[in-house]
Order: sequence, then structure tokens, then C-alpha cells
Amino acid sequence: MGLPNASGDLSTEVEVDAFRRLFPLRLYEKHLLESIRPDARPLGRARETTIALGAVASANGSALAKIGSTTMLAAIKMEVMTPSLETPDEGCIAIDFHMPPICSPIVRPGRPDEAAPVVAKQLSDTILSSGMINLKELSLVSGKAAWMAYLDIYCLDVDGALFDTALLSVVAAFSYFPVPVVSLNDDGKIVLSEEQGLSDREPVNKEKRKINLSSIPFSLTCVLHKNYILADPTAEEESIMDTIVTVVLDSSSQLVSLHKPGGTVLAYTSAIQDCIALTRQRVKELQKILEEAISGMEVD
Amino acid sequence: MEVDREDGRSQNQLRPLACSRNILHRAHGSASWSQGDTKVLAAVYGPKAGTKKNENPEKACIEVIWKPKTGQIGKPEKEYEMILKRTLESICILTVNPNTTTSIIVQVVNDDGALLPSAINAACMALVDAGIPMKHLAVAICCCVAKSGYVILDPTKLEEQKMKAFAYLVFPNSVRSVLPEGSLRVEGEPIENGIITSVTHGIMSVADYFYCLERGRAASVKLSDFLRRNLQQQSTDSSKAG
Repeated sequence: MGLPNASGDLSTEVEVDAFRRLFPLRLYEKHLLESIRPDARPLGRARETTIALGAVASANGSALAKIGSTTMLAAIKMEVMTPSLETPDEGCIAIDFHMPPICSPIVRPGRPDEAAPVVAKQLSDTILSSGMINLKELSLVSGKAAWMAYLDIYCLDVDGALFDTALLSVVAAFSYFPVPVVSLNDDGKIVLSEEQGLSDREPVNKEKRKINLSSIPFSLTCVLHKNYILADPTAEEESIMDTIVTVVLDSSSQLVSLHKPGGTVLAYTSAIQDCIALTRQRVKELQKILEEAISGMEVD
Repeated sequence: MEVDREDGRSQNQLRPLACSRNILHRAHGSASWSQGDTKVLAAVYGPKAGTKKNENPEKACIEVIWKPKTGQIGKPEKEYEMILKRTLESICILTVNPNTTTSIIVQVVNDDGALLPSAINAACMALVDAGIPMKHLAVAICCCVAKSGYVILDPTKLEEQKMKAFAYLVFPNSVRSVLPEGSLRVEGEPIENGIITSVTHGIMSVADYFYCLERGRAASVKLSDFLRRNLQQQSTDSSKAG
């Protein structure tokens, strides 16, 4: 009984795996009693987060964000357009979120995932209401030309916390992207200099080559189960524990969004305060990671 | 602080509420809910046999279809469907009828602010009318935070657009119990203080949010009383008819 042997280890592994598939909640509860999760993370810690800026060379701004295995690619393409009559000094941002079949086995071309439109709407609400980008900064010539930013976010891998990773990739894409040069062409219209071979002409926006971001939003998704709060759930955790709370705070600690769509566990004031405290910590971590990524790009 | 609202209400005053049940004869349960000019119709069909593809067959499944007043179904409708589905899943007892689907169809008749809370209230009353077993009712309220920091309840559409931020909050209904005070508390707070659903829009400070929760809880007590009176009255009416 005391001697370990190869076949013995394999059968215990298979038993643990089988237990995990058959009784996932019981496995988790056993771990939660010790304040740890099956992947050895403490309850309040998020997974390893990385940001790679400039992932798409042909886009004006882009970023690849990974939280654990969840991967999102955000890319921004700019186009000159005429602003509308009601808002002659403002540009426009068009946000589109895609979940292509590469991200998950349940998504197929004719069968879009249910989560996609919900995350898309949440993202566009958060980005526009957080005031991260002042639309007036996107204006070129008042009343005549303004920037239209097409923001596309592609989910490449689904493993929980989709909204967090998507928001992080958008914020990273916007924080470092050089605005393309525009100049006046022969017809009197403002166009991108490179496209029409006008690189030798005087650029219209020589001074403004960078978009300034005001309060940047960061988010953290937590899962509530009985008295436990698990930060940054994986897809497995999200599927067995159905109460999900997403808190979005901006860099000045204002609440941009607190999203709790139902769930068996009722959130009392103490649970909400704990979630907000965990999010504050996470905001500091994410700010550091973003700054490191930006300074890495600027060195090059 | 005196707050001037266009229709003359005070800060914490709700619009006149009206609810009627069993208005559609084909549906297993139906309810019409109106808060001021916002009116929503909800119908429940179920439980029907079988669950949808990716759902757990050991539990009952809830399906929500949201029909806007005008226009095509887009992302906002899908988001409302998801929030409504998850809210109603948390109040229904799903283990009573496993491997069944209950469909709830929500039709927006008029939108004058606080649309999602009205829909949640209407859907809850329709579920009661259909006799679907539930743990407690869901009482939904909308709170708005103005730029100067005061909070108003149950805004009209104009007020919602002018305000800096708003929050839709859903609480369980208030409990009237014969047990001694304190025996039904969870973590020192009564059950009706727990939040079932919270959806916020716009930037507000964390303190403002907690203030909204307080006001929302107070309003949910008033709404719970209205629901209680409404349900008791209609059940005595139907017993007279029978």
C-alpha cells in the first residue's frame, strides 16, 4: 500500500479527473474550505495577465491581451469622415465584438454564441460611458473632417472572464497608437497622406499625433458561491457557479459599472464591498502591466 | 434639498403603479405592468417538455423573448433577454420540474423610462399567474444619480437621459414572518437586502452606488406591499367567481 508505482499514480489521476467531471461542485467546495482553487490560485488572485501592443501591423492601433488562457485581439482602423450636423466637433467610434469559431467548440458559423451580443453591448456601453476617449479629440477640422475609429475585438480563446480581457485589449489598443498623418489633397478634401501618395505635403494634424485618454476603465469579474468570492473565474468555474459580478472602476476609483445579472446567490453589502476592494487592487495591477507594455513599445 | 422633477414628484416617490393578471387567455400566465407611462406586457407558456441544446436537463430551463415596441431585435434586446433570464432563473425553483422549458415573452407597449425594471416586475407577476413555483418575488427598481449627487427613484425617459448615471436594482420581496426577528438574517442582514440583479450605466462614485442601494431597498419595501395587496385582492376575486 505504501509503495508508489506508475499504474497506481495513473489510476488516482484518472479518478480525480473523473470526480472533477462528475461532481465539479463538490471538488470545488473541498478546495474552497482550504481557501484555494484546484489550479492552486488563492481566491482573490487573478490569473497571469499579459499585453502585447502593436500585434496587428496593418492596423493603426492594436493589442493582444491574455488573462490566463482567454485571449482577445483588439484593432483600430481610422478613417476620415464628415462629422454629423448636430456634432460638428466630434468624431465617432464604431465598436464591434466578434466571437469566431476558433474561440470555442460550441461556436459554429451558423450558430453564434449567446454571450457575444451581451459582451458586445456591455463593452460599447462601458467604453462610451466611461469617457475614456473624448470624442472632441477625434475632430480634425470642425464641421468638415473628423476621425471615424473602427474598433474590432476578436475573441481568440474562451476561458472565462471574457469582458475583462476584452476591455483590457481595447484600453491597451487605445493607449498606444500613433494617429496617421492627413493632409489636404488637390480636391480640397482631407485624406490620409500615405494612401494618396501625398507624403510630401504639409500635414493637417502635425501636432496632434496621439489621442489622450482621460479616466481609463479596468474591470474584474468575480464569482460568488455561498460565502466565498472567487476573483477572475475560468470557464469551468463560471459554468458551475452561476453568480457572476463584474465591477468596472476607472483610474480615479469611480464606479463605471456594477453588473450582476441574476444568480442564485444574493449579494449583500459586504460581498459588494469585497468585490469592489478586489477590483481596486486589480486596477493597480493592470495599470502597472499596461505602463510596462507602453514603455516597452516606446523604447523601440 | 428640494429637487424639482418635471412631473412634480419628490425624490423618492414612485409613479402610479398598475398591474393586472390573467389578461391573455391563451397563455398559461400573463400580466400587464405599468409604472406611469411605461407599460409592459408579459406572457408565460410552460412548463413545456424538453430543454434547449446546451442547457442542463436536470433542471427546468427558462427562455426569454423580448419584443421591442418598434424596430428589429438587436444587441440591446439580447442583453435584456440575458439579464431577465438569469434573474428569473434565480427566483424560480428549477428542481421541481426538471427537463422542461418555460418561455416568457415580454412585449414593450410603451417605454417612458425604467423599462427593464418594469419588464422584470411584469415577468414575475406573469410567473405567479402561471403558477410556476418560486422562492420569492423579484422586485425591480430604477435609481438615477444626478450630477450634483442626489438620487431620484423611478425616472421618466427624459430624466434618465439627463442624469449622469442610473442603476437598475432587483431585490427579493420583503418578508413578513411569524418567526422572531433576527432568525431569518443572513450575515446580519435581512434577506430582502440582498441584491438579485444590478445593472448600472454611467459613472458614479462608489458611495453614490451604496446610497442608491439604500434608496432602492426602501422603495422595494413599498413595491412589495403593492404586490402583496394586488395578489391578495385578485385571488379573492377569482375565488368569488369560482
